[in-house]
Amino acid sequence: MRTRWFYKIQRIGIDTLIHLFLIAVSASCILPLGWMVSSSLKTQETVFADMSFLPRELHFANYILAWQEGGFGRYFLNSIVYTVSAVIGIVVVASLAAYAFSRLRFPGRKILFVMFVAAMMIPLPGSFVALYVLLNKLHLRNTALGYILCMISVGLSMSIFLLKTFFDKLPRELEDAARIDGASKLGIWWHVAMPLARPVLAVVVVFNALNVWNEYVLALIIFDSKALMPLQRALMVFRGEYLTNYPLLMAGLTITALPIILLYLLMQKYIVKGVTAQATFG
Amino acid sequence: MIPLCPMKLKSSLENYVFILPAALIFVIFYLIPFTWVFHLGLYEWDGISPTRVFVGLANFKEILFEDRIWWASMRNAGYITFIALTLQNALAFMLALACDRQIRLKNFYRVLFFIPPVLSEVVVGLVWQWILDGNYGLLNSWLTSAGFGSLARSWLSDPATALTTVAIVHCWKGFGWGFLLFLAGLQMIPRELYEAARADGANGWSCFKHITLPLMMPVAVLVAVLTILGTMTGFIMIHAMTNGGPAYHTQVPVLRILASMMPPFSRFGYACSQGISVGFVLVALSFIQYRFFLLRRDSAQEDT
Repeated sequence: MRTRWFYKIQRIGIDTLIHLFLIAVSASCILPLGWMVSSSLKTQETVFADMSFLPRELHFANYILAWQEGGFGRYFLNSIVYTVSAVIGIVVVASLAAYAFSRLRFPGRKILFVMFVAAMMIPLPGSFVALYVLLNKLHLRNTALGYILCMISVGLSMSIFLLKTFFDKLPRELEDAARIDGASKLGIWWHVAMPLARPVLAVVVVFNALNVWNEYVLALIIFDSKALMPLQRALMVFRGEYLTNYPLLMAGLTITALPIILLYLLMQKYIVKGVTAQATFG
Repeated sequence: MIPLCPMKLKSSLENYVFILPAALIFVIFYLIPFTWVFHLGLYEWDGISPTRVFVGLANFKEILFEDRIWWASMRNAGYITFIALTLQNALAFMLALACDRQIRLKNFYRVLFFIPPVLSEVVVGLVWQWILDGNYGLLNSWLTSAGFGSLARSWLSDPATALTTVAIVHCWKGFGWGFLLFLAGLQMIPRELYEAARADGANGWSCFKHITLPLMMPVAVLVAVLTILGTMTGFIMIHAMTNGGPAYHTQVPVLRILASMMPPFSRFGYACSQGISVGFVLVALSFIQYRFFLLRRDSAQEDT
């Protein structure tokens, strides 16, 4: 006869199996990163022989070498500058446009919004070829400004969509009150709408920061000079030059990945929201 | 009559202050390149010289009938997409089911599963390339110490394994993303449905079959479409791991576009035609999938 105990034991057994499965998958998610960090702390001599995750001597010199001579200090700064500028640009430009789409009347409003949304849905893998030609004509190729403007353009659609959805749901009373007090439209946008939109703005900021930091394709076609390259692009160049210096390469990878992992761990909620929103906007 | 309505004029001008920056950036950096691709695809041009030669649809003819590497790259991308659709999405769905239960450490797992998707493709590609290295890689070292030394090989430079290895790394990077969407979908299913079914005597399997599966179909279609779009256009991880090698075994369409555009070929028109070709296939595929899904849903609704 099947008693309560039978079901209880059966349940514990199933739960254990599920946990084992989940633990195995979780381990596969972090082991490669552990190996990356571990390899970055070995020397060129030990990295090919020492297969332990915890090397006997921690060789931090790779980081100093990568930062200074490998140029990663410079690339890190570039990545920071591009990410911060593009995110500020996206926040300002997208929130202005989203506010207009949600609140203001002007000719071409509907068609323009449809175009922004369509831009997210239609993939055209070759458009970077034409973008390359265009940037050349505008003398924006191999410039920081060109890259930042392109990155703003990449983040725009999704951010406008998120913000417009938020503004649409926002009650208008506060804005009406400000208007009666004589505030201009720009004033209302900045002093009333933007502070209220803070939760969505956080998603926009974090999600776009992640995208810009990790971006590679445009960095590949835009930058020729090493001094301007962001981390992702520089890593590939670095790999080409120091083909088998794995400890140094792994140090470079760790420097590149660490800010993103920290950002993710601290701002998980916003990233998750951004990802689900991006997938389901259609 | 001009001063009829200065307030209104000022007001509509002010409206344009809001929309103009976005519109300008969108038109210059998205719309113009996007439409220009279709124009450039009709030319033979090296990207630098002042004159370009109009060749009509010759580029497309070449892609369709002569470019065998292009077709190989489409086949490879198709293979990786197939693996992603089956292996990656099945894993994602199973993990989502496991985490949808009342289970301890749920949030801990959730945090870890989404680490690969937030990493950049360059980082993932280079780390895995090191792990899969034929001589000094961690994987081979583990295989050898576990007694499977005969399996050890140069995973990424052996033509027999390169493509599958690349596909599996792709799944590693992507499953956490599918997991997240599946989990969000599962959590939207009202618990009362399960309770009602249980009360009517349904067991776990029939609950799954008659409640979970049908209600998760829209999410599954969405994930599938996005998987196809993402995988067919993905190339950066491959660029970092094998750069299409050994001997075109891991070539994918966007890598080919890049190769056509860069020296020594420098064929900008051809690169654009390749982009249009793959873009066309993608739009067609996702359209078919949505239509198929909508048809099935409509007929399912008629049945009930």
